[in-house]
Amino acid sequence: MKISIYRFNPDKDKKPYNKVYDVKRVDSDTMLLDLLIKIKAMDDSLSMRMSCREGVCGSDAMNINGKNGLACVTKIDDLKKPIVIRPIPGLPVIRDLVVDMKQFFKHYDSIDPYLKSKKPPPKKERLQSPEDRKKLDGLYECIQCGACTTACPSFWWKPDKFVGPAGLLQAYRFLVDSRDDAKDERLENLDDPDRLYRCHNIMNCADVCPKGLSPSKAIAGIKKMQMATKKPKFKTLKKIFHVQESKK
Amino acid sequence: MVKNFEFDSIVVGGGGAGLRTSMQLAGSGQSVAVISKVFPTRSHTVAAQGGIAAALANVSDDKWLWHMYDTIKGSDYLGDQDAIEYMCKNAAEAIYELEHMGMPFDRNADGRIYQRPFGGMTKNFGESSISRTCAVADRTGHAMLHTLYQKNIELKTQFFIEWIGLDLIRDEDGDVLGLIALELQTGDLGIFHAKNTIFATGGAGRIFQASTNAFINTGDGLGMAARANISLEDMEFWQFHPTGILGAGVLVTEGVRGEGGYLINSNNERFMERYAPSAKDLASRDVVSRAIAQEVLEGRGIGANKNGVYLTLSHLGEELIDEKLPGIREISIKFANVDPVKEPVPVVPTVHYMMGGIPTTLNGQVRDGVKQKEVNGFYAVGECACVSVHGANRLGSNSLLDLIVFGKAAGQHILDSSKGKKLKKLPNDVTKKTIERLKKIDSKSSLEDPRELGEELRAVMQKHCGVFRFPQLLNEGLVKVNELKQRIENISIKDNSKVFNTARTEALELQNLIEVALATMASAKNREESRGAHSRSDYPKRDDNSWLQHSLYNPKDGSLAYRPVKMKPLSVKSFPLKERVY
Repeated sequence: MKISIYRFNPDKDKKPYNKVYDVKRVDSDTMLLDLLIKIKAMDDSLSMRMSCREGVCGSDAMNINGKNGLACVTKIDDLKKPIVIRPIPGLPVIRDLVVDMKQFFKHYDSIDPYLKSKKPPPKKERLQSPEDRKKLDGLYECIQCGACTTACPSFWWKPDKFVGPAGLLQAYRFLVDSRDDAKDERLENLDDPDRLYRCHNIMNCADVCPKGLSPSKAIAGIKKMQMATKKPKFKTLKKIFHVQESKK
Repeated sequence: MVKNFEFDSIVVGGGGAGLRTSMQLAGSGQSVAVISKVFPTRSHTVAAQGGIAAALANVSDDKWLWHMYDTIKGSDYLGDQDAIEYMCKNAAEAIYELEHMGMPFDRNADGRIYQRPFGGMTKNFGESSISRTCAVADRTGHAMLHTLYQKNIELKTQFFIEWIGLDLIRDEDGDVLGLIALELQTGDLGIFHAKNTIFATGGAGRIFQASTNAFINTGDGLGMAARANISLEDMEFWQFHPTGILGAGVLVTEGVRGEGGYLINSNNERFMERYAPSAKDLASRDVVSRAIAQEVLEGRGIGANKNGVYLTLSHLGEELIDEKLPGIREISIKFANVDPVKEPVPVVPTVHYMMGGIPTTLNGQVRDGVKQKEVNGFYAVGECACVSVHGANRLGSNSLLDLIVFGKAAGQHILDSSKGKKLKKLPNDVTKKTIERLKKIDSKSSLEDPRELGEELRAVMQKHCGVFRFPQLLNEGLVKVNELKQRIENISIKDNSKVFNTARTEALELQNLIEVALATMASAKNREESRGAHSRSDYPKRDDNSWLQHSLYNPKDGSLAYRPVKMKPLSVKSFPLKERVY
């Protein structure tokens, strides 16, 4: 079976290139990661991240036949051959399939991804109704693999400014948590033409999410909350075309 | 290039135990760094599914004393009763803290934390099963790890991400002064000079072929400790989880059986009724794993090779499965090609957890060898440590609890005891041995391929140190692992480039795995009894007269020493030895 893999080792290569490997598949090879491990055994210079091999740690996001996904839960049978593997796009490549995710996590940090409660906690647990808890489903399960954010054209355009689908999904997870008291502060933090409104509902994020989550829906939820709670400072139409003004 | 850093405390490992420790230290005025081989939320805590135990009594009456009894019995009386009391007594507070941080626990109708039954967790000292395991669907570890990482972001903990620890720094007094680590992105070395070094490096399930563990679980902390001549405790005790997916090895939580799922053999028989008439499918893991292995041995296995059994849960209904076990449905469809709403899942006992580890006190301080003297400046918490609360067999949902209770205890002890403590001077040539080892790996001098040797090692461990252990296989296994140790000292890699060279990482990991494998095989060969997860054909019974003691493997010469089990709890009466029946 032929697999073409993006290769770049800054120690040696002036330019990236694609290398085609011919790997023998046996019955026990079900996931793409199984094949990549075999290739690594043939050529130990190939670098990639991997860990849990069951889709919960988020290490092995890559671009598979043009679509972002996790190698460990992508079935070989579901892929068109020859398989073409590239790093997830939009982030600097460190080596081969390993990208530098600093920018991605900076956006995550920027939304204050932790519970803010103004009341001192009770002796036992805070109470939360099952209905309120249900609002976190589809949000808390994010594994920070970066598949969604790096599939988003808005992120490619403004990687340093647009928080991106993964970060915004997380922001919404705290916005809808009945235990969190910082709704206004969180909404203000995102009330910005680039941080939030750069999203134009292209929905690549929901399409690629290996956990079946929909950042797109969460972003729509944030925008709705912006409109409902107060008049956003940022007026969508005006400032999209006058980005400079928003910096003042 | 060698980079130099100085900290009050360094935490090695960014999983649940490490992040709970760093959280305790951050914000105290101490300078703290977490050094992690992977981005923290990729640590293996993320894969824990079923839950975390604490006697909250949210579903029915419960007491920490009952939890303590269950844990002692689960450990087959090898767990230290003082440590077990400490863990069970502090469990509820630890859970409430997680909730206060924002962990999205499932809820009961009254708004309190949801709890489910789990193996070996009972009410009134073994009377019947109890709901004690707090859960976030079947993604409890994920929710806990992310919450702890988020708390550390709030506290502005400093992280060194994608740095792998290579060696401990110990001076001539035996004190630990920090760590030598390798930055994956640059290939540079770092000397982390610190007053306190806390290992939270996780397990080493990758010494076996079939394992629920992640690729990163290579026992790096144990390897480093062994190279620094620190003894390893109770390494013969490895937990085989009853339900890894047949073939793939991926974990299926005990929570499935907690919610009402059960095991059947090829005759459609609920065979656990024969092995554990009272607890049935919720007996402790060693008991259930042995029962499955026995069914397979007697020809009642399922699948093409008749080497597994079925876990059936379709009777629970789609609604409950989607609400409480959504991840299991996802995993079963992906890795077993079955939808558990309609069909049973083929499973087999699969290596899951290391009960042994680096010996520590209740405060997480590392105890050195037979003398049991504390090592200055050195702590271990979580799966890499042996405190020992799990003894010969861990109860499901006690591992996440172990991480946070002892992570906090270690952090607190450091804060309480390190006032006025000064950085000791580093020894000369501190990186010498490490650099020699790295050069050898780069030398291309041998034809020993790390990948091939890794496969060989895993095959030997799987065959010679499985669910049932046989004297001849143990003897042969020890010889084989010793031979592999010699060869693994001479491994070299073909690609010597510096930037993110994962071939180098894997070679370094293999040098840790071999230390763990040796300790395991030697300890297993020596223990002439059956207790908990260690089950020998030639000594089928527990032998409290000779073996109510912890193994201490000395990595310097491969010898074994023993220390008695602590039968005296901190404040309550000792739980006397009893035959273990479920």
